Amino acid sequence: MGNYVVACFAALALAGCGSGGDAAPLTVSAAASLTDAFEAYGKALPGEQRFSFGGSDALAAQIRQGAEPDVYAAANTAYPEQLAAAGLVEEPVVFARNQLVIAAPPGSEIGSLADLAAPGLDLVVCAAGVPCGDYTRELLDRLPAAERQAILANVRSEEADVKGVVGKIAEGAADAGFVYSSDAAAAAGRVEAVALPARLEPTVAYGAAVVAGAAEPAAAEEFVAGLLDGPGAEALAAAGFLPPP
Amino acid sequence: MRGRGRRVGWFGLVLGLALALCLVFLTLPIAAIFLEAGPAELLSSLGSAQALEALWVSLLTTTIALAVILLVGTPAAYLLATRSFRGRAALVTLVELPLVVPPAVAGIGLLAAFGPAGLLGGAIEGAGVRLVFVTAGVVVALVFVASPFYLRQAQAAFEAVDPTWTAASRTLGAGEARTFARIAIPAAAPGLGAGAALAWGRALGEFGATLIFAGSLQGVTQTAPLAIVALFGTDFDAALALSAVLVAVAAALLATVKLLTRGRGPTEGAGLAPR
Repeated sequence: MGNYVVACFAALALAGCGSGGDAAPLTVSAAASLTDAFEAYGKALPGEQRFSFGGSDALAAQIRQGAEPDVYAAANTAYPEQLAAAGLVEEPVVFARNQLVIAAPPGSEIGSLADLAAPGLDLVVCAAGVPCGDYTRELLDRLPAAERQAILANVRSEEADVKGVVGKIAEGAADAGFVYSSDAAAAAGRVEAVALPARLEPTVAYGAAVVAGAAEPAAAEEFVAGLLDGPGAEALAAAGFLPPP
Repeated sequence: MRGRGRRVGWFGLVLGLALALCLVFLTLPIAAIFLEAGPAELLSSLGSAQALEALWVSLLTTTIALAVILLVGTPAAYLLATRSFRGRAALVTLVELPLVVPPAVAGIGLLAAFGPAGLLGGAIEGAGVRLVFVTAGVVVALVFVASPFYLRQAQAAFEAVDPTWTAASRTLGAGEARTFARIAIPAAAPGLGAGAALAWGRALGEFGATLIFAGSLQGVTQTAPLAIVALFGTDFDAALALSAVLVAVAAALLATVKLLTRGRGPTEGAGLAPR
């Protein structure tokens, strides 16, 4: 009977592994802003992928807590570098750039940064620590103190990832927020992008790395390489990302 | 005898193993919160402004939500418990619907109803009230998700009140309102208290509806569960510390429910048991 129980658990464990194909699917933890680009990229690849999209900080925290996806792709270069320094991921590569923009509902009267300082406006931003939140603060730090404080005073919610900001604006709950131009493009029709002055724009660069101890290291390396040159780079460009510096 | 004994032993072993598995699986994650960081670390992480403000927002919003739930839910549950009318069963089901609706769906629903672009958005704004992105919005989300827990338990508690008591009260000339206040509520008090504790526990753990409807801003709408998610990426120790506080509060609430419903067979856990 002991054997019977063991067999039961073995069966349960196997059932958890899914229907089983030729190769195990590649697991990719990626910044929420990469959602559309990576899903399109995945369709161009022969194998199967499992994506986990979220705030780059939360995904990095999962890896620090022992999660082992095959690939980690962040909306900044700092998190992959920190994980690499801790030996948790391989040497990261910079694979794309993006632009921070103001997002507002279609037909909004918001046309510039200065408009965001109007009292009573409802702004939504990413939380500090989330790359889009850090870029937003970097941008605001370049403004005169009075304007920065006026804009910060209008912040009504700090979201865990950029899709939360887009959702609040698209839903009509907020008047404006800071997102990436690729997110505004993905939500075209529901939000409108307002470009920022080039001299204030933060440099938004995306880093990716193969996770140390990846179950599928070869496929993971192939996935990361394809981001620089090949179907991944094409999917990124189509989704509105810029080539790496 | 021997054969029978062996059979019981075999089955008993399976039962014991199943229970041991349940125990380990259900208690290990809770224990790990306290094992991952020592008490000193937990305490020092709790000193962060974000954690403290989140606990304050949670305390404030859950208390107000509970007051609203008790004030409106108690008479509503009394009506459901003491009257029979056409469509009562359907009504009870409708009231219980938020129990099984995913919190994220609740948040979207609240936005679609009370958000600036929602069904009643214009009317609410016209009245000079706003709910999205303010502490009051958190209370609305909490009342929505938590009140069914109280309504269910309160209805069961009122149904369990010996009808001869209320009948006697009426015979002695007390009006229905007086009977409700002086007889039914005191008699149902333990059940009502248990329902309140369950609703409070649910409100304290609320996450999805609050995030979607009210947003997350430190000191305004960021409750403890929202702060745990925000801190997870940046300060894991602080997230652990806040989690530990919530475990302690949840344990205290559960103990309260157990104490209040002790020895009350039919109503015990009525708020949790499937119907």
